[in-house]
Amino acid sequence: MESSVLERTEDKAETLGVVDCDVHPAFSRPDQLSDYLPERWKQHVRDYAIRSANPLLGTLPYPRLTPGNGMRRDSWPPAGGPPASDLDFLREQLLEQCNIEIGILQPLAAGSVAFNMELGAALCSALNDWQIDKFAGPEPRLRASICIPQEDAKEAVAEIDKRVTDRRFVQIAMPPRTIEPAGRKRYWPIYEAAEHYGLPIGLHTSAFGYRPNTPSGWTSFYLEEHFAASNSLQTVMSSMILEGVFEQFPKLKIVLVEGGFSWLPSLFWRMDREWKRMRSEVPHVKRKPSEYAAENFWYTTQPIEEPEKNTHLLDILRWIGPDRLMFSTDYPHWDFDDPRYAFKVPLTPAEKNAIFRDNAMKLFRLQ
Amino acid sequence: MAKFDTTGAIDCDVHPPSPRRADLLPYLDDYWKEIVTTREVDVLEMNSFPERTLPYMRPDWKVNGGDPLEAMQKNLLDPLKLDLAILNVVSGAHALFDPYLSAAICRATNDWLIDKWLNRDSRLRASMLVPFQNVEAAVEEIERLADDKRFVQILTLSATELPLGRRIYWPIYEAAEKHGLQLGIHAGSNYRNAPSHSGFHSFLIEDHLAHTQGFATQIASLISEGVFTKYPQLKAVAIESGVTWVPPLMWRMSKDWRGARIEVPWVKDAPADIIRRHVRMTTQPFDLPDDPAEVPKALDHLLSDEMLLFSSDYPHWNFEGLDVLPEGIPDATLAKLLRDNILAAYPRLGG
Amino acid sequence: MTSAQAEVKARPKREASRHVVARVDEIAEGKSKLVNVEGRAIAIFNVKGEYLAIANRCPHEGADLCRGSVVPLIESDTPGVVRLSRHGELVRCPWHGWEFDLRTGKSWCDPSRTRVKSYDVKVERGAALVEGPYQTEVYKISVEDEYLVLEL
Repeated sequence: MESSVLERTEDKAETLGVVDCDVHPAFSRPDQLSDYLPERWKQHVRDYAIRSANPLLGTLPYPRLTPGNGMRRDSWPPAGGPPASDLDFLREQLLEQCNIEIGILQPLAAGSVAFNMELGAALCSALNDWQIDKFAGPEPRLRASICIPQEDAKEAVAEIDKRVTDRRFVQIAMPPRTIEPAGRKRYWPIYEAAEHYGLPIGLHTSAFGYRPNTPSGWTSFYLEEHFAASNSLQTVMSSMILEGVFEQFPKLKIVLVEGGFSWLPSLFWRMDREWKRMRSEVPHVKRKPSEYAAENFWYTTQPIEEPEKNTHLLDILRWIGPDRLMFSTDYPHWDFDDPRYAFKVPLTPAEKNAIFRDNAMKLFRLQ
Repeated sequence: MAKFDTTGAIDCDVHPPSPRRADLLPYLDDYWKEIVTTREVDVLEMNSFPERTLPYMRPDWKVNGGDPLEAMQKNLLDPLKLDLAILNVVSGAHALFDPYLSAAICRATNDWLIDKWLNRDSRLRASMLVPFQNVEAAVEEIERLADDKRFVQILTLSATELPLGRRIYWPIYEAAEKHGLQLGIHAGSNYRNAPSHSGFHSFLIEDHLAHTQGFATQIASLISEGVFTKYPQLKAVAIESGVTWVPPLMWRMSKDWRGARIEVPWVKDAPADIIRRHVRMTTQPFDLPDDPAEVPKALDHLLSDEMLLFSSDYPHWNFEGLDVLPEGIPDATLAKLLRDNILAAYPRLGG
Repeated sequence: MTSAQAEVKARPKREASRHVVARVDEIAEGKSKLVNVEGRAIAIFNVKGEYLAIANRCPHEGADLCRGSVVPLIESDTPGVVRLSRHGELVRCPWHGWEFDLRTGKSWCDPSRTRVKSYDVKVERGAALVEGPYQTEVYKISVEDEYLVLEL
């Protein structure tokens, strides 16, 4: 950070609304999702809980640095309930204050990663009903994501089929820490459906999966974990490209959510260098890997990297291309990015419109 | 005519072929001779980093049954007019489960390096193999060879059984620091853990890509656990890492540190500053933009010209002819990375 | 030197102004209050009976520092061995957790470049304030109460 930004005043000139690609709605009480579950699963959750690879039930093994598992301290609604559970306060604190014209919901509750896959499918369906009932239904500025049990591709496709006619769902949500690398054929039916319907798939960084968060096992600290978790997005990209997913589904659109973006150019260069040398191992990959990235991938901006020299971020932006980046706040989490201040470098009006609005409008067909 | 004048340079990553059982037998005691023979411990080639990977073998550097040292002299040391070169044996010793067997293989490999390489060419230096599976034996091995200044660092992998910062490894770092040995981290995994958050990959090329995740998380672990606080003279050298994954790690960790430092208050400075002080990267392979005009920008992101250490990664095929560095590196950076940075990084090189 | 620069340099220093911003009993120990003085948002903290004031907006992304948590300084020289000092003298931003020293406005992690303005606050008896000069729009000064007076 350079001191020149410190005295910067609020930018009052913003007129066009922002599209926020990462808003986390919350339950108003811990068992709220059960209201949307069939009786059989309601009882199951009550008697056996929702078990996943997080070693602790309902607690994070890497405790966050703010209450509520890492919430903005000022995000508790005055009327009660956890952050982002009260639609009125979400409207006020996020949509109004940050001039958000459209916010895309990314539910983080364990549906897709529940060990019991039948339960997982029921949870995903419940999450989809809940998003519409509590958020995207009453508030047209909020749009929903189709949560899917990706490890059971048949069930996942059934859920997509069931929701796709409701245009309030604008993407498919799938966790990046899949049981197998995301490019493997077991997930291809999902990609086929997504391409068929023209729905992007958003893969949001997740704190828990089936494997350690580093290739050397589990980290000790949140400081390491927070960065390591977003490495899963690199694996999504390289696996999907190198398994030939985009040769099969050339119109498939992938959004990598909440991993920042500064690591991308280095990965592009590395993929291309290795492919040049090793392409005989993956003859089904016809083009330079970075070319698939340039056509099939988009990235949300939060948590935005903050180089010590601000202008270094412009190099990164230029190497990725401003047409691939989409702004996100991650509201109400502690590492929230405010659209007015997140970018510490001057963007051109064209870059600004693209990143804060147009790229997402076009990708999610929001108009 | 080579594009770079490497006269007097120090090459920080040169690979002898990894020794086979027949090579190591003279350096094993009777018990281990019996064990490696009966139990057929011979080729220790790692699945994460097969030595045989054809696309990375330079056809014009084939040894064809001759003396690999002579080939190295002819192909690399002589034509590049190198002053010194550091030998790195990428050994499956890191992947063996038996803590005593791995210690025996490390010892024998080090003795083989002394006898067959270091003693035969005064330009050679080496990384010492130590068994991280057996911390006591690793410390013993460091003490056993500490007086041989030709060993300039200990060697481990970018993906290990536990993150490298864990306290269990601290006696190794204590011994290394005491003797001025640095911590070399070479690309590779012993497959104690899958190389990705989603398990094993289909293709070797994916493993190659994922090494940067290994390096980044090892560095993050060394910082967060306080290894550099506890052992301030220790440096970590990322070997065959690709280099440009470093600035994004610096930015992300420094940002998170401002809010999360109370979790690890012994991390007293911004991680970017700690990385600049304690982390070094060898220059091949090097992930850079195609356009040489963009290269200085990518390097400027480090905000340091002290971090790059020249390497050829011999005999791997990363470059043509003797054009051992990528184009576009600014002259001032080049001047430092060929020698000065290396002498500063490795106290045992006598710099 | 161009004339424009000369003009800027020659601009006379603004007269300090004094503002009555709160009655002392409005801010409990360990708590804060947000006040607006001449268009500036200022957070006033009660640190063990002492009143410290800093600009309210975090220079990072604009969060309200008055809504941050008031914390001690946490330090360590050895992994696993931690010491606390200066209880209540730092505020941790409610968003990204950056710590600011309430006495100086400097951030703990980047004191030279990342800082907020700090202001002088004095506790004064109403009786003294009736003499003036001070500015207050909100407070009817009663001679027997104590007030916080902020200097801009």
